[in-house]
Amino acid sequence: MGDAIAVRDLVVDRGGRRVLDGISCAVPRGAVTGLLGPSGSGKTTFMRAVVGVQVVTSGTVTVLGQPAGSPALRRQVGYLTQAPSVYADLTVRENARYFAALHGRGRAEADQAISDVGLSRAAGQLVGTLSGGQHSRASLACALVGEPELVILDEPTVGQDPVLRADLWARFHAMAAAGTTLLVSSHVMDEAARCDRLLLIREGRLIADDSPAAVRAAAGVDDLDEAFLRLIRASAASSEDAQAAPGTGGMS
Amino acid sequence: MNPRILAATTGRILRQLRHDRRTIALLVVVPSALLTLVYFMYADQPTPPGQPSAFDRIALVMLGIFPFVIMFLVTSIAMLRERTSGTLERLLTTPLGKLDLLFGYGIAFGLAAAVQAAVAAGVAYWIFDLDTAGSSGLVIGIAVIDAVLGVALGLFCSAFARTEFQAVQFLPVVVVPQLLLCGLFVARDQMAGWLQALSDAFPLSYAIEALQEVGANAEPTGRMWRDVVVVLGAVMLALVLAAATLRRRSG
Ligand SMILES: Nc1ncnc2c1ncn2[C@@H]1O[C@H](COP(=O)(O)OP(=O)(O)OP(=O)(O)O)[C@@H](O)[C@H]1O
Ligand SMILES: [Mg+2]
Repeated sequence: MGDAIAVRDLVVDRGGRRVLDGISCAVPRGAVTGLLGPSGSGKTTFMRAVVGVQVVTSGTVTVLGQPAGSPALRRQVGYLTQAPSVYADLTVRENARYFAALHGRGRAEADQAISDVGLSRAAGQLVGTLSGGQHSRASLACALVGEPELVILDEPTVGQDPVLRADLWARFHAMAAAGTTLLVSSHVMDEAARCDRLLLIREGRLIADDSPAAVRAAAGVDDLDEAFLRLIRASAASSEDAQAAPGTGGMS
Repeated sequence: MNPRILAATTGRILRQLRHDRRTIALLVVVPSALLTLVYFMYADQPTPPGQPSAFDRIALVMLGIFPFVIMFLVTSIAMLRERTSGTLERLLTTPLGKLDLLFGYGIAFGLAAAVQAAVAAGVAYWIFDLDTAGSSGLVIGIAVIDAVLGVALGLFCSAFARTEFQAVQFLPVVVVPQLLLCGLFVARDQMAGWLQALSDAFPLSYAIEALQEVGANAEPTGRMWRDVVVVLGAVMLALVLAAATLRRRSG
């Protein structure tokens, strides 16, 4: 069994700007991999490339052994978009049942997904009337309901309280233990600490691809927050050096 | 296409409609209210001997135009909402096929239009004594095909709108010229040649002609069937073009 996701020299341009600049990495199966980086660094773009909805400039993205976006993968990959994308004029249950049906699952799986994200009591409520955190959990339920082999979650715990976040992370680890591969983006360092592996992107380049312990060791601090700050500053300083170096500035 | 996914998608769209009670009420009541208006507008107009009354002529055409215009608008907005809410992008990452989605809209709104056309036709025939030589069932059937034409054009046009403001502008751009040239205001054979050519290119002209054939003939005519086939062909063409505008990958 190879890696769940293998990315080689991925380059993506959006709106005339280089957003991902030669990323190569691998995401192991049956584990939770965290995707971290400053706002605007390219996390969502990277996930879109993995799901196969992003036009890529060059490079390859292989998902579960097939090129990203292959028709067969649509049955095996679940994607939670950063902005909740569910039907506001349907109830939570109707949304979950619809996405379940698209994956050939039934009502039982839909109810299970709703209870997994802690929305059982709001199941009959219109999504448009949910609170912000409930709304994103409704969207999460629809990403998990097909029981996909690979789950791509773009900031799944934003707006959730600490208890819910802990519950959701316990759920993610249970899924990984059962063989599911998860790629989860986040801005919260205590979540990064719970990942089996971390990918850190800055300005479209990969600056770390390691376990949390190794990232701490590389930065020489125990606190992940501090470790990331140091890695990002070090990377910023080295790219400024490169730009300042005579003969290379702005020429390419 | 996958029958299970198509059925789930059709059901989902109908459920969205069901939660929107006011839209349902408007769909059902507005055509009948407008027919009432037309009835009283023409109540005192003399009818030339040997010709259908103005109400019969106009009401018949209106029965085909309501579902077309209303379903065009409803579909453009519904599809635009799928795009802007991110649900479209998400759907395209699932096993759903593009045609499952497009036919889902066609079937769901076609069913809604069938209810609308049946109520409007019931009002026209029973309350206002609409008189057609052909059967009322054919009138309703053609009205539903007109609705599906509106859905198909709406699905296609919504690809070119980024905002609701733009989507609504497609009504004057796409629908109004077809209404003006369909033969309701000036008979098609009395228009200038270039207008006739335009009219011939618009699918609504055939839909209206089919209704007029039912109005004038007791039995379905060959021309009526030809018109129906032309409209269905236009529906297929619009759906294929709409499928081509649904891109799974974007920049
Ligand atoms: N549709 C688009 N057109 C042009 N540029 C875009 C588009 N979407 C994103 N970008 C740009 O690409 C860069 C990366 O965006 P992306 O959404 O991947 O960042 P992110 O790491 O997910 O950020 P955040 O943590 O804020 O969600 C940003 O500079 C953004 O402005
Ligand atoms: Mg993002």
